[in-house]
Amino acid sequence: MSDPRARIGNTGTGFSYEEPLVFELSRPGRIGYSLPAYDVPPVDAVQMLPDGSVRDDIEGMPEVSEVDVVRHFTRMSTWNASVDLGLYPLGSCTMKYNPKINERAARLGGFADAHPLQPASEQQGFLELCHRLENELAEICGMDRVTLQPAAGAQGELAGIMMIRAYHEHRGELRSKILVPDSAHGTNPASAALNGYEVVAIPSDEDGILHPEAIEAVMSEDVAGLMITNPSTLGLFEEHVVRICEIVHAKGGLVYGDGANLNALLGIARPGDLGIDVMHINLHKTFSTPHGGGGPGSGPVGVKNVLAPYLPTPVVRELAGAEGAGFVLDYDLPQSIGRLHANFGNAGMFVRAHAYIRSLGPDGLKRCAEMAVLNANYLLARLRTAYHVPFDRAVMHECVLTDRSLQDTGVTTLDVAKRLIDYGYHPPTIYFPLIVHGAIMIEPTESESLDGLDRFADAMLAIAQEAREDADTVRTAPHHTRRSRLDETRAARKPILRWQPAARD
Amino acid sequence: MRYIPHTENEIQRMLDAVGLSQLDELFDAIPQKQRLARPLDLRRAVSEQELWGELKTLAARNASTETHDCFLGAGVYPHFTPAVVDALTSRSEFTTAYTPYQPEISQGTLQTIFEWQTMICGLTGCDVANASMYDGASASAEAALMAMRATRRSKVVVAAGLHPHYRDVLRTYLNGLRAEIVEAPLADDGRTAPLAEQVDGATACVILQQPNFLGAIEDVRAAAEAASACGAKLAVTVTEALSLALLTPPGELGADIVCGEAQSFGVPMSLGGPHLGFMATRQKLLRQLPGRLVGETVDTEGRRGYVLTLATREQHIRREKATSNICTNQGLCLLMATIYLCLHGRRGLRALAELNLAKAEYAKARVRENPALSLPLEAPTFNEFVVGVPDVAAALERARADRLLGGLDLAPYAPDLGPALLVCTTELVSREAIDRLVAALAGDAS
Repeated sequence: MSDPRARIGNTGTGFSYEEPLVFELSRPGRIGYSLPAYDVPPVDAVQMLPDGSVRDDIEGMPEVSEVDVVRHFTRMSTWNASVDLGLYPLGSCTMKYNPKINERAARLGGFADAHPLQPASEQQGFLELCHRLENELAEICGMDRVTLQPAAGAQGELAGIMMIRAYHEHRGELRSKILVPDSAHGTNPASAALNGYEVVAIPSDEDGILHPEAIEAVMSEDVAGLMITNPSTLGLFEEHVVRICEIVHAKGGLVYGDGANLNALLGIARPGDLGIDVMHINLHKTFSTPHGGGGPGSGPVGVKNVLAPYLPTPVVRELAGAEGAGFVLDYDLPQSIGRLHANFGNAGMFVRAHAYIRSLGPDGLKRCAEMAVLNANYLLARLRTAYHVPFDRAVMHECVLTDRSLQDTGVTTLDVAKRLIDYGYHPPTIYFPLIVHGAIMIEPTESESLDGLDRFADAMLAIAQEAREDADTVRTAPHHTRRSRLDETRAARKPILRWQPAARD
Repeated sequence: MRYIPHTENEIQRMLDAVGLSQLDELFDAIPQKQRLARPLDLRRAVSEQELWGELKTLAARNASTETHDCFLGAGVYPHFTPAVVDALTSRSEFTTAYTPYQPEISQGTLQTIFEWQTMICGLTGCDVANASMYDGASASAEAALMAMRATRRSKVVVAAGLHPHYRDVLRTYLNGLRAEIVEAPLADDGRTAPLAEQVDGATACVILQQPNFLGAIEDVRAAAEAASACGAKLAVTVTEALSLALLTPPGELGADIVCGEAQSFGVPMSLGGPHLGFMATRQKLLRQLPGRLVGETVDTEGRRGYVLTLATREQHIRREKATSNICTNQGLCLLMATIYLCLHGRRGLRALAELNLAKAEYAKARVRENPALSLPLEAPTFNEFVVGVPDVAAALERARADRLLGGLDLAPYAPDLGPALLVCTTELVSREAIDRLVAALAGDAS
C-alpha cells in the first residue's frame, strides 16, 4: 500500500517530515520580515556610494515567509538527537543536563542586550559576575588566577601554551618542545604546534597511565612543558601526576592541565594541588553550558601566580582604596601574552556557568563528581562481560571498551555505535583515544539515573548478542532512522559544500 | 539536588554492583594526601527562585538597549532580532545536541550548517565557507595563518583600519611563529593608503577591513590588485556583516579570503560573546581552510543527506599537523544567524542595510550642520562614522545623562584624530534619538 503522503507529492511518513533545503522552499515575492517605517529621508545607495561599490542581487538568498521559516527549522530540529531527548554518552564531552534557568538568565536584557564597549560604570553587574566566576573556578581548580577570555577549550590551550612560552622567554630561555601523551585530545598537539612548538609524543604504559620514567626519559632543558589530561582520556586517574609534575618542574618546565575531564574531580581533588601550573576549564562540559550543536564553548584558563603576569588582557580587576568601589577591565599587564578574543570572551556562557555553580554549591558539585564516577563504574561493571576492557582498572567519569570480543563476528565499533541508534541512544565517542584499537568511550555523566543506565546497558548487551546471532543487522544499522548510513567517502571525494541552483536538475 | 536523579537506595545498589561499600572508595586511585580534605570554599547552593533574584539584580546593573539608545558599534552591532530567532534557537533539539559526529541522528544541525555555508558564499562572493569560527578576531588571525600556509611566506600586511582588538589578537596568534606584521597606514580620508609600499614578494597576505574600523568603505579592488601583483593573498575582514547585503562582495573584487563577524545577523550583543566568526574562500584554497565543513552526500538508499567532511584537515585526525587547533564552532550562533538570514532573505537584508545607511546619512547631516561638531573623515561610510567633538568626556557624560550610549571614545585607538567618537546608527535608533545624541555631543541646550 503506497504511503498517502506520496500520493500528494509529499515525502516522509505520517508525521515524520522530509525537509528540503530552504532554498528549495523559496518562492519569488514571499517575505519573512517587517521593517520599521523610515523616519529619516531615504537615500539612493548607488548614487551615494562610489561607483562599483554597491552590489546587485545576493545570489541564492531565499524568499520565504515567517511560517515557512518556523516550520523549516522546527522540522529540521526533529532530525537531531539531543540531551533533552535522552542519554548522550559521548565520552570526553560531558553531555550533562543543561539547566533551563541558566538559559533564561542569559537572556536577561542586562546581559543579552548589553554592549561590551559600554563604559565600566554601565556594566558593573557583568564585571562583578565575571569576578565571582573567576573566584569560583580558581577555588574549584586550586588555581590562583583565572581568565575567562578564551572562547573554547582549544583556545584556552593555546592561551596556556602561550603563557608557558612567555614565562620561559622572560627568563631568557628559548625552549622548543612540548611533551604530549599519545592519549591526549588532538587539540593538545595542535595547540602546541600552532604556537610554534615541536610536539614530542609520550607513549602511555601498558596499564594505561603515564609513568614517571617515560617523562624522565625525555624531559630536558629544551622542554617548555608537559600537557596532561587528568583523568586521562581513558577515564583513568593519572596516579603519578604529582611525581610527574616534580620531574618537569625540576628541569624548569611547566605543566599544562587539559581540564576536559574536570567533572570527575569537582570537590574531590584540585589540579592546582597536584602540581598543575596552568589549565583550561570547558564551561560547556563541566559547568553545563549547552553544546549547541557544536558550540559555542567557553574555555577559561586558571594559572598559578608564576604565570599571572602573562594572562591575556584585559583582566577584571576589583577597585580598591582610593579608586573607590567596583570593577574595571584592566589592560595594564605589560608582560601579557595579549588579547585572544575580540571582546571579553563568551560572556553569555559566564552567566550560565555561574548560575550552575550557585545552584549546586560546594556539596552539589562534589555530588556531581561522585555520581558521574559511580555511573561510569556501574556501566563498566555491567558491560565488561560482553565488551573487551583494554585497561582493567577502576575508572573515573568515563570508561573505554573495545570491539575486540566481537572480532570473530565481523562487527566493529562503528557497527555497535550505529546499532545503538536503533535502540534510541546517541552513540558514545568511538575510535578515540587513538591508542586504543576500536575504542568505545562512554561518559554517562551524573545526569543519568540507575534505570536509565540499565536500559542503556541492556541495549549494549543486546547488540553484543545480536553480533553473534544476526551480525548483518548490526553491520547495516541504523535501520530506524530517516537516513541510513551516509556515504562519507563520496562527500569527501567530490565535495559539495553549498547548494547551487544548477544542481537542482 | 534536582539535576541529579540518584536516590540513596539506588546509590547503595550501584555501589554493591561495583563491589564497593561507600562513595569515597570510588576515588581510591587518588592517594588520600592528593585529595581535597575540606569542602570547596564556595557559597552554599541557592534555590532557583533565589538564583533568579540574584541574577536579575546583577543584570539590572548593566545598561542595555532596554534602558538606553545605543550608538556603540565597533565590531558589535545593536540590531533588532525577530522573535522567531530565539523561539527556534531555544528548541533543545538544537541547543542540547553536540557536534554532528553521527550524521544519521544529526541531520537538523548538518542541514542548517549547509544552508549557512551556502548563504555565506552568496554574501561574500566566495566559493566555499566553513561551519564558523569563534569570532571575527580569531577568524582574521586564522586567515593570516591560512595565507601563510598557502604561500609559504611569513609577512602579514595589516591595514591600520583593521579593528584594533583584531590586530591585537592577530599579534597574539602570530607570536611564537616566525612571522612579521607590517602595518599599512590610513590616508587622511580614513581609507587605507595605496599599499604598494608594504606589499612585496615576502608577503603572505594583506588584511583589510571593509568597512574599516573607522567606518570608511575601502577600495577592495585596489588592495586585491596590490596583493596579487606580488603573489600575496588578500583577506577581507567584515565586522558589520549587514554591510555585505549592500556592498559589492569582496570575493567578486578579488579577495582570496573573506572572514569576519556575523553577530549582526540575530546574535545577541551579550557583552561581547558568544558571537559568530565566519570564513569563506576560493575553491583552490579549500584544503587550507580551518574549521569544520559540511558536505552533501547520499545514504545507502540514495537519499540526500549531509555529513561533516574533509576532516583530514582537522586536529582530531591530524593532531600537530592540522590546519588549526579549532574544535568547537559557534553552532548555536550559526543557527541564530541562519534563521535570521532566512527570515530577511533576498530582499529584507538589502532593505535593512539601506535603512541603516539612511540613518547614518541623516545623523551625518545633523553633525555636519552643527558648528560644535565635525566629520573629520571624508570617505564614504555605511552605518558607522567618526564624529569630532570638542571634549569627549563631557560629550559622553551629557549623552549618558540622557540615557544614550553615545559612541566609542577613539582616543586609545586613533589618537591622531583628536577628540573623536566612533558612532554607529542601526535601525534600532530613531530620528529623535539621533537628534538627542547630536545635541548631547555638541552640548546644545535642549
